[in-house]
Amino acid sequence: MPELRRIPLQVIAYTVFAVGVGYFATLPHYGYGDPELATIKVSLSHAANRAKPCIKMTAEEIAELAANMRRTETCERQRLPLILELDIDNEPVLRLHVPPSGLWGDGPASIYERFDVAPGAHLFAVRLRDTARTEGWDYARTDEVFLAAGRYFTVTFEAETGGFIFR
Amino acid sequence: MVTLKRLLRIVFDRVETLFDHAFGQHLNPLVWLGALGWYFFWIVAGTGIYLYVFFDTGITDAYQSVEYITNDQWYAAGVMRSLHRYASDALVVIVFVHLLREFSLDRLRGKRFFAWITGVPVLFFIYLCGISGYWLVWDQLAQYIAIATTEWLDTLPFFAEPIANNFLNSGTLGGRFFTLMVFIHIFVPLFMLLLMWVHIQRHARARVNPPRQLAIGTAITLLVLSLVHPAISQAPADLDVVPAELGFDWYYLFAYPLLDSIPGGQLWLYTFGGMLLLALLPWIPPARPAAAAVVSLDNCNGCARCFDDCPFSAITMVPRSDGKGYDAEALVNVDNCMSCGLCVGSCPTATPFRRATAIVPGIELPGHPVGELREATLAASRQFVRGRRVLVYACEHSGAATIADDSTRVITMPCVAMLPPAFIDFALSRNLADGVAIAGCAQGDCYYRLGDRWMRERLAGDRDPYLRSRVDRNRLRFWQLRAAQRGARRKAHAEFLAALQELPKNHPPGRSRDA
Repeated sequence: MPELRRIPLQVIAYTVFAVGVGYFATLPHYGYGDPELATIKVSLSHAANRAKPCIKMTAEEIAELAANMRRTETCERQRLPLILELDIDNEPVLRLHVPPSGLWGDGPASIYERFDVAPGAHLFAVRLRDTARTEGWDYARTDEVFLAAGRYFTVTFEAETGGFIFR
Repeated sequence: MVTLKRLLRIVFDRVETLFDHAFGQHLNPLVWLGALGWYFFWIVAGTGIYLYVFFDTGITDAYQSVEYITNDQWYAAGVMRSLHRYASDALVVIVFVHLLREFSLDRLRGKRFFAWITGVPVLFFIYLCGISGYWLVWDQLAQYIAIATTEWLDTLPFFAEPIANNFLNSGTLGGRFFTLMVFIHIFVPLFMLLLMWVHIQRHARARVNPPRQLAIGTAITLLVLSLVHPAISQAPADLDVVPAELGFDWYYLFAYPLLDSIPGGQLWLYTFGGMLLLALLPWIPPARPAAAAVVSLDNCNGCARCFDDCPFSAITMVPRSDGKGYDAEALVNVDNCMSCGLCVGSCPTATPFRRATAIVPGIELPGHPVGELREATLAASRQFVRGRRVLVYACEHSGAATIADDSTRVITMPCVAMLPPAFIDFALSRNLADGVAIAGCAQGDCYYRLGDRWMRERLAGDRDPYLRSRVDRNRLRFWQLRAAQRGARRKAHAEFLAALQELPKNHPPGRSRDA
């Protein structure tokens, strides 16, 4: 086929290519979040207490250690799991029992959860246990919050500043 | 697997034929997919360098700088941004079609595994570059990618703390992960370029540049697309707002929506399981490699023609080891040799005219000795029943074996460039046939990469060993057709027979049929 007669066919081929590339570069749209709902994120990373309490060393035991290794108490590395509960409007939403990270179980336990709820006013009650106690909670917060549709609401935790942060 | 390849081949046969009509065989984009991939990579790299001049790498100012690029300087940086995006998308399209086509042609098994498995990580890095690039715009799509990617990464057991915390809300927004993305987006392409170079290492004369017409055509296409449908940002990222409707680049992000319905760990399994399966395809099922070419030092004068012609860099010239008065000898790297026979076709000692001693050329394919090719030529000449006698030397991949009939005999070989041109002279000057046809793969689409080109140049007298000038070109045809072009092959065959009818029967003076 002579070269000139090929040009219209080439224009068609290039156009199909351009339309294919251009179309799927942006379309069809993808619906990620539901604009009618609010999205809750619960995220924290916290090292629980050690599984066993540290033991004070005697003066003799300390003296037996090398000079650069001397310390007043000896501790096992293993930490306790974190126990977290979240209720919304008195309904249980999260019940988590999270082991510590690390090969030796001596790292912080981490929680990251994301879920949608209906917007509006809700009663949030969140509790955390990071000690060996079997009753009660080490940190807790209960508050009424207003959730806006199409927005994130985050529940985070900072032990240094007193516990749970709602935002 | 074989059925899948056949089905794909049927599809490609039809599309290739369509594109042959539009572009001609020599410019068929499906034949230049690898080179087009390189070309798009360079467009992406060049436009990326330009954009980086105006891009602010801080997370708080990145969006504004992209807005400046897109709106204030739309005529230059804006067009560059669009070209950057569309060439990246075109790269994904081309790479996947390239992968499927090589698979359909079975150009991955046996010793061809190397290019295949080195291509798999290139695919991974293309995605890493693309996804990190969308991150840098820091609009709502970038926000979605940041959250979805870090949540997905957090399903791996590597991180002590969730890295998604970096994008929890506007109060926790930190620039360090963003900076990491900038780093990845700049340095991963450099590493990818290294891998692309490794990918073609076993290919001599690798085609990394498309023909000028294709390069201009695709560049104009992307430029027009950039002007008609420029790449723009979505609303700026706000980590307190849930991204809802997103303009989505499905070429790079197609897997992300799966995270809505399956666990991240499962998607990792599919991703890496899929890549592993892809990397193992050359061995499913394992190929039985043909014997590699062997050098006969008694007949090798170290001329290096086989070294020049080998498409797979399987031959090197090394210092002479047998004390003869030549400088070098050919050495075959068995691991690289595809047993295509192009080296045999290039060897000046592979001539059928020798009769005093057995034909042993300087380099030989044990599975297809030149002596047997001579015997096959002589045997074929005795089998013609009637009409003008056409001897066809056909490539195994040409599909030409089916045209054999009373007046036509077909001798197949791995590649037509395995045929030393002296055989054409032999067949016609010894009156073994009235005409000779060479049936090879389509132009530029040789199964062994360079066979069609070498044969064309040898016939035209542009490449050693030449076809002698005494050969009547009216009695010679070189058919370069796709295996699926049965009708075109029958037509070419009929036209050749008709042309031979117009010529006198082949009785070269002073020669008779040689047995």
